[in-house]
Amino acid sequence: MTAQFPTSDTVSYDTKSDTKARDLPKAVDLAVVGAGPAGLAAATLAASAGLSVLLLDENAGPGGQVYRAITTSPLGEGRVLGPDYWSGAALAREMLASGATYVPGATVWSLSRELELGVSVGGQAHLVQARRVILATGALERPMPIPGWTLPGVMTAGGAQTLLKSSGLVPEGRIVLAGCGPLLWLLAAQYLEAGVRLEAILDTTARENWRAALPEAFGFLTSPYFRKGLALLRKVRAAVRIISGVTTLAAEGDESVTAVRYATAGGESGRIELDTLLLHQGVVPNVNLANAAGIPLVWDAEQLCFRPDVDAAGTSPVAGLAVAGDGAGIGGALGAAERGRLAALAAIAALKPGAPVLAQRPQVEAALHKALRGRAFLDRLYRPADGFRRPAPDTIACRCEEVTARQVTETVALGCAGPNQLKSFLRTGMGPCQGRMCGLTISELMAEAQGVTPAEIGYYRLRAPVKPISVAELASLPKDESAMKSVERG
Amino acid sequence: MSAPSQTYDVAVIGGGLVGASIAYGLAKGGTRVAVLDEGDIALRASRGNFALVWVQSKGMGMPEYAGWTVRGAGLWPQLAAMLKADTGLDLCLEQPGGFHLALSEAELEKRKGLLQRLHNQPRMHSYDYEIMDHSRVKAMLPEIGPQVVGASYCPLDGHVNSLRLFRALHTAMERAGVRYLPNHPAEQVAYEAGAFRVATPRGEVRAGKVVLAAGNGNARLGPMVGLDVPVRPQRGQVVVTERTQPFLRYPVVTVRQTDEGTVMLGDSVEEAGPDPTVGLPIVSSIADRAVRMFPRLGGLNVVRTWAALRVMTKDGFPIYDQSVSCPGAFVATCHSGVTLAATHAFVVAPAIAAGRLPAEEFEVFSARRFHVPAAA
Amino acid sequence: MFRRLPEASGASVHLTVDGNPVLARAGDTVAAALLAAGIEHCRTTPVTGAPRAPYCLMGVCFDCLVVVDGQGNRQGCLVQVAEGMRVETQRGKREIGR
Repeated sequence: MTAQFPTSDTVSYDTKSDTKARDLPKAVDLAVVGAGPAGLAAATLAASAGLSVLLLDENAGPGGQVYRAITTSPLGEGRVLGPDYWSGAALAREMLASGATYVPGATVWSLSRELELGVSVGGQAHLVQARRVILATGALERPMPIPGWTLPGVMTAGGAQTLLKSSGLVPEGRIVLAGCGPLLWLLAAQYLEAGVRLEAILDTTARENWRAALPEAFGFLTSPYFRKGLALLRKVRAAVRIISGVTTLAAEGDESVTAVRYATAGGESGRIELDTLLLHQGVVPNVNLANAAGIPLVWDAEQLCFRPDVDAAGTSPVAGLAVAGDGAGIGGALGAAERGRLAALAAIAALKPGAPVLAQRPQVEAALHKALRGRAFLDRLYRPADGFRRPAPDTIACRCEEVTARQVTETVALGCAGPNQLKSFLRTGMGPCQGRMCGLTISELMAEAQGVTPAEIGYYRLRAPVKPISVAELASLPKDESAMKSVERG
Repeated sequence: MSAPSQTYDVAVIGGGLVGASIAYGLAKGGTRVAVLDEGDIALRASRGNFALVWVQSKGMGMPEYAGWTVRGAGLWPQLAAMLKADTGLDLCLEQPGGFHLALSEAELEKRKGLLQRLHNQPRMHSYDYEIMDHSRVKAMLPEIGPQVVGASYCPLDGHVNSLRLFRALHTAMERAGVRYLPNHPAEQVAYEAGAFRVATPRGEVRAGKVVLAAGNGNARLGPMVGLDVPVRPQRGQVVVTERTQPFLRYPVVTVRQTDEGTVMLGDSVEEAGPDPTVGLPIVSSIADRAVRMFPRLGGLNVVRTWAALRVMTKDGFPIYDQSVSCPGAFVATCHSGVTLAATHAFVVAPAIAAGRLPAEEFEVFSARRFHVPAAA
Repeated sequence: MFRRLPEASGASVHLTVDGNPVLARAGDTVAAALLAAGIEHCRTTPVTGAPRAPYCLMGVCFDCLVVVDGQGNRQGCLVQVAEGMRVETQRGKREIGR
């Protein structure tokens, strides 16, 4: 299979993954799930301390989403993606040289309290027993449920950026970006660099956010993001029509999106014809595996999301299990790497108490502190507005089962207490995405309808398999006599 | 949603399928009902069941239960029609008959023997069933694999969308005027001067009668009103696939395709105490048997697994009882809340409304059967 | 509709989509290849039959489900293209056995 494109790095990873699937170790000291900045840094540090490390990742190459395709991007060396992206190459390089066993194309679908991982590689299910596990499952884009957000031609800004990084693809025709958050502006800058014309940016940042963010401005001024962020904003603002203070958005079209309607706080409204609408309003932790593994979720009122209940080093209430990086709460790529290292140090301390590398802890903590500077400012400035988190009645909240916000509030009126009961009644969260695209929206809608906080409402209880595996794969797993007996019926 | 201080005719404790069916039946008969329920996180068999309306093989050791089940299955179309009229929700009830597949000659022989013994019981309410060989089964279920040696088939069996039943009952309850009180777990039930006071963290609810329909919670609540309810949780695990085009025309006791297209694979019987966690060896065993029955299921993706707790008595049969010391206190508990939903709405509810479970029908289901010294 | 930046080089990979030849680049995912080929609708939903297209491109939204080499409901954004791969857009529920 490889003979046809011998030069492609991606293909060589595929080959490796085939080999490694067969040789997947049955037991390791440390399993790391996710090869983004947190997972790469954690695996590298732990392997360097002599632990046997297995790094599992769903994608074809290392980097996670932020450094997606860092070893294979067709835009190699070019200026389009910018230096922040390319800084991730070192993390990937170090990991590949670290001695950690890296398995791309590996989907982790379950993790037991006893730290046994269920992994699928190339359609084959495996079980791996780990002594410690670090989940570095990263973030996903916060759902942005506007009317028409399911139409072809509407995509997340992060998704469009993935196409740019991994395939050098940019949208054709008329393009509008809508929403808020650093990634939206970064993508706009990258598109401008690539010579892509943007019709407009519909900025949903609420004006009052500036006032709320101001007390945190000092931290931001001294953060690594400040200078770069400012330059980026300036560049985009100079080249693109920006419509600020947008309070409502609706995508229009029958088979595909053809236009976006908007209104602003200032009373301006309009309609822009377009071919591609890219939405973004920040990122939130990807919590499915952590919760299914038994880590409770807590509501983060500052970041408006649920996150696993872990401490600053990522330590969870489940013995031996840690969460690092944005999967534990959004802190950005630089912070994620340091949080990965902190979690790795905890694993090393448990398994190799005398390891010299443990002395690095103060430096890692200092680096983390620096990396997280300015985060509170960004959280407040780009806090998504209520109307974009709790959609209007006729808007689809659950994309998989096509359930509207109105159906959710009507069911709350029956006395439906929370998202798990709602799931039974409306099938929200029961589709293939397993609540990733609707969970926050549902909890927030129910909280509003009942006049309580999302913390009181709670979130879906998540269970394995957190990613689909085939019935045949499941059937291939080891089973004992008593298990077989318990499913036979007389 | 604070508890009102007003008094109801009946307080039903438990908003699962059993409680909701009874409350619905009561309200349709003009009774003023409150349903006290737990919150979002609850051990709910009503969310975890396999959704069969099932007759074959039930009643070994208590032939009256076979009759009770046959009657329940027969009443089901009426319940489905009533709920459709009340809520507009289609429960997708289908009663085309159902299969129990055997994967070896030994399994088939065992099955044959069990059904023979069942139907040979004195006082048995007999009904049709048939033992079929591979080719007979294949004609009706073309997707079976070569490992299926035969099956038992009973024309009375069927299935329903049980989550939609749950939603329809709650919608219909609300429309029939039932006061539904979520986040009101019953902590204490007291009998005073011919009426009941149910204490919850959100206040007290008073009623002339009380119905314990709290599943495994009934074991704790029963003694407060002079009822013995010896039930224990029994774990069952279920695997569900993504949606697929219809391929299965009949429900099989452990494999059924829902009206939405997903395929449910079930369901284990485990004595694991109150632990509702999923175990891989069990779900793997479930998947393994399902693939041996229907090989092409192997390619479908699993999107969910869960474990739920059945409400089980020592002999596996339901308990319907009324308190002697606290007249007006009733208990209804079973592990077939779907199959018996219509019975609960149309037979049990009217009896409760009338204030008495008629002995000729209900005596056999009293928990007093567990108090008889073991016969030789 | 997406286009490839001129500086994005790479080996060609040939696939078919609903029987029609499509040229992709080694390293593309199936979802990327579809978008690059101007194929915007990759499936219709099993609930209402609404058209859908790749949305998140990171394996979480499941809107890019397609049939790959005869196997339904594959996440197009997680499958790498390969020479000779047969991709089909999907209508509603997948069929059992494919």
